Amino acid sequence: MIQAFGIWVAAGLTLCIFSFLYGDNPFYKFAEHLYVGYSAGYWLIYTWHFTIKLMVIQPIAEKQPGSLMLIIPLIFGFLMLTRWFPRIAWLSRWSIAFTVGIGAGLVLTGAIHGYILPQVKATLLPLWTGKWITSVNNFIIVVGVLTTLIYFYFSKEHKGVIGKTAKLGIMFIMVAFGASFGYTVMARISLLIGRFEFLKEAILKLVHFF
Amino acid sequence: MNIWERLGKIDRRIVFLIIGIVVLIPIIFGLKMSVQISPAVQSAYNAINDLKPGSAVMISIDYDAASMPELQPMLIAILRHCFDKGLKVILIDFWPLGLPIGTQGLEQVAKEYRKKYGIDYVNLGYRPGDIAVMLRMGLEIRNVFYGDISGTPLDSLPMMDNIHNYDDIAIVVGLEAGSMGDYWVQYVNARFKQKLILGVTAVMAANAYPYVQSGQIVGLIGGLKGAAEYEKLVHHPGFGHVGMASQSWAHVAIVVFIILGNIGFFVERRRGKRL
Amino acid sequence: MTKKTIPLAITFITGIIIVVTFFIPHPPFGRLQEDSLVWYSVIFGFTMLLGVDSLVRFHATKLKRRERGSWFSIIFFLGLLLSFITGLVSELKFGDAFKVQSSFMYFYNYVLIPLQSTMFALLAFFIASASYRAFRARNIEATLLLITAVIVMLGRVPAGYMLWHKLPPITSWILNVLQLGPMRGIMIGIALGSVAMSLRLILGIERTYLS
Repeated sequence: MIQAFGIWVAAGLTLCIFSFLYGDNPFYKFAEHLYVGYSAGYWLIYTWHFTIKLMVIQPIAEKQPGSLMLIIPLIFGFLMLTRWFPRIAWLSRWSIAFTVGIGAGLVLTGAIHGYILPQVKATLLPLWTGKWITSVNNFIIVVGVLTTLIYFYFSKEHKGVIGKTAKLGIMFIMVAFGASFGYTVMARISLLIGRFEFLKEAILKLVHFF
Repeated sequence: MNIWERLGKIDRRIVFLIIGIVVLIPIIFGLKMSVQISPAVQSAYNAINDLKPGSAVMISIDYDAASMPELQPMLIAILRHCFDKGLKVILIDFWPLGLPIGTQGLEQVAKEYRKKYGIDYVNLGYRPGDIAVMLRMGLEIRNVFYGDISGTPLDSLPMMDNIHNYDDIAIVVGLEAGSMGDYWVQYVNARFKQKLILGVTAVMAANAYPYVQSGQIVGLIGGLKGAAEYEKLVHHPGFGHVGMASQSWAHVAIVVFIILGNIGFFVERRRGKRL
Repeated sequence: MTKKTIPLAITFITGIIIVVTFFIPHPPFGRLQEDSLVWYSVIFGFTMLLGVDSLVRFHATKLKRRERGSWFSIIFFLGLLLSFITGLVSELKFGDAFKVQSSFMYFYNYVLIPLQSTMFALLAFFIASASYRAFRARNIEATLLLITAVIVMLGRVPAGYMLWHKLPPITSWILNVLQLGPMRGIMIGIALGSVAMSLRLILGIERTYLS
C-alpha cells in the first residue's frame, strides 16, 4: 500500500514537471520548488552523516591514532559558516583559502602530469607506419591537434600562414562540436526514455495493485 | 508562405508531441532492435573478462538520478559480469545524490547472484574531498574509509583483508556524469598506473576518446547505446536494449526535423534573393 | 592585515605543500600531504552547507517581501523540512539515514529521483526543438557541424546500421580519428588555462575568492 502511494506521488510529480512543455504553470512551479527544497535538506543530512559523523566523530570516539587533530579541520569547517555573520565573516576566508590552496596545488600537478604530458605524448605519432590507413589517421590526428591549438592562439593576428592554419583548425573544431552535439542529443533522448519507461512501469504496477 | 517555408516554422509544441510519440510507441509495444558492438565497449568488456576470479574491481558511482537512465544499466551489466566471473566488487561514490541509486543497483544484482556482503562485495559509501580521497586511497584505503557505508570497520570484512590500496585492485570502473572521470585519469591512472574503464553519459563520450587513444583508459562505454552493447556482451539484455528502438526513432525524427528546417531556410533565402 | 594577508599565506603554503609533496612523497612530506588532504576533505564537506544557506536566505527574503509567486517558497521550506526531519528520524532510528528501509530513503526514491530525472528528461524536447529551429547550414562551418552531427546521431543507433551498414564504422572513424585531434587540442588548452589559474591563485595574483 505504501509503495502504491509512493508510485502515485512519483508519477504525479513526473507529470507536473512534464506540464512545463505546454507552458509555465503552478503545477510545474510546485514540483520545481519541492525538488530544490528536498535537495537542500538532503545535503544537510549528507553533510552530517558523511563529513561530521563518519570522518570526525567516529574516529575520535574510537580513539584512532591522530584523530584528535581532526578537531582543527572541524574548527575550520565551522569558520566557513561565519559567512552568515557579517562582523566575523572575514574568518571564513581562512577556510576558503585552505581549500583553494589545496585545490590549486592538486590541479597544477594533475593537469600537467595527468593530462598535458600523456596527451602530448599520445600525439607524437609516426606519420608513416607502412600502412596507408593508419598513416593517414595519424596524420589527421596530428594536424587536428596542431591546427586547433593554433586557432586558440590569439596572441598573434590570424593572418597569412597562421590565418590559414587557424581556418583549418576551425573546420576540425566544427567536426568535434558536431560529434559532441550528436552525442548530446543521444544523451537527452535517453533520459526521456528512462522517464517514459518509469511511467509505463508505474501504470502497470498500479493496475496490478488494484 | 508556401509549404516549404511553413515546414521551417512548425510550432514547437508539435515538435514536442512528435518526439514524445516516437519515444513512447516502441516502449508501449516493447519493440526491440539489434545492437552492434563498438571497439571501445569490446575493450572494456575484455579488460574485465580477462581478470582472474577473486580479483577486486572498484566501481565508482559518480552520477545521480539525472543520469540514471544511461549509467544505471551500465552498472547493472558490469555487476552481472563481475559476479559471473567471481570477481570481488568494491563500490564507492563521489556524487552524494547518487549513492542510494548505486547501492540499490548493487544490492539488486548481489541478491540475484546470492552474493554475500563482506565476502563478495563491499559498499564503502562516500567521503567528501574528491581528488583528496582518490589520492589517499593510493596509500591505504582505510586512511579514508575506516569503515564502510554503515561505519563497520573494514578490518572486520573478510573481503578487505588483502585489499589496501590500488595495487590490490585490478581495475577501477568509473561511471561518470561529470568531471570525476577526468580526475580518475589524471590522478589515479597517472600517479598509480591504475587500470581504468570509464562509463560515461553520451554528453561526455566524445571528450573521452582522447583517453582511449592515449591508453590512459582501457575501455569506454558511452551512453545508453554503450550500456546496450555491454548488456549484449554479458548476454543479459536490460534497459539498454529496451531503449534502443525509441532512441533510433527519436534520432531519425530529429534528423528529419533538421532537414525540413533547412529546406525551409534555403527556400526562404532563395525567395529573399529573388525579391 | 589579518583579513587578507593570512588567507593569502594559507593559500600559498597549502598550494606549495601539495606541489612539493608531489615530487617528494617520502616522510615527512608524505605525512604532510596526507594530513592536508584529510583536512581538505573535512572542510570541503562544510561547503555544502553554504549552498543550502544561500537558498534558505533567498526564499526567506522572498517570503518576507511577499513578492509575486512567493508562496511557492513555502513549498521550498516544506520540501526542506520533509527531507531534514525524515533524515533526522532515520538517523536516530537506524543509526544511518541511508538504510534502504528508512523513511528518508522512501522519500528519496519517490520524490527526489522522479523530480530530478524528469527535470533533465525535459531537455530531450528542448534539444529537438532547438535543433529544428537553429541548425541551419548557413556557411561551410555550420554545414560541417550539421553533417557530422547527423552522421553521429544516426551512426550510433541501430537505425543507422539498418539505413546503411557502413554508417557505424564511419561514425567510429569520426569519433576515433577526425574529432579526436580537435577535442584533444581543446582539452590541452583548458589544461594549460587551469595550470595558469592555479599558479595565479597560489602566488596570490588572483584574489577574487577572498571577496
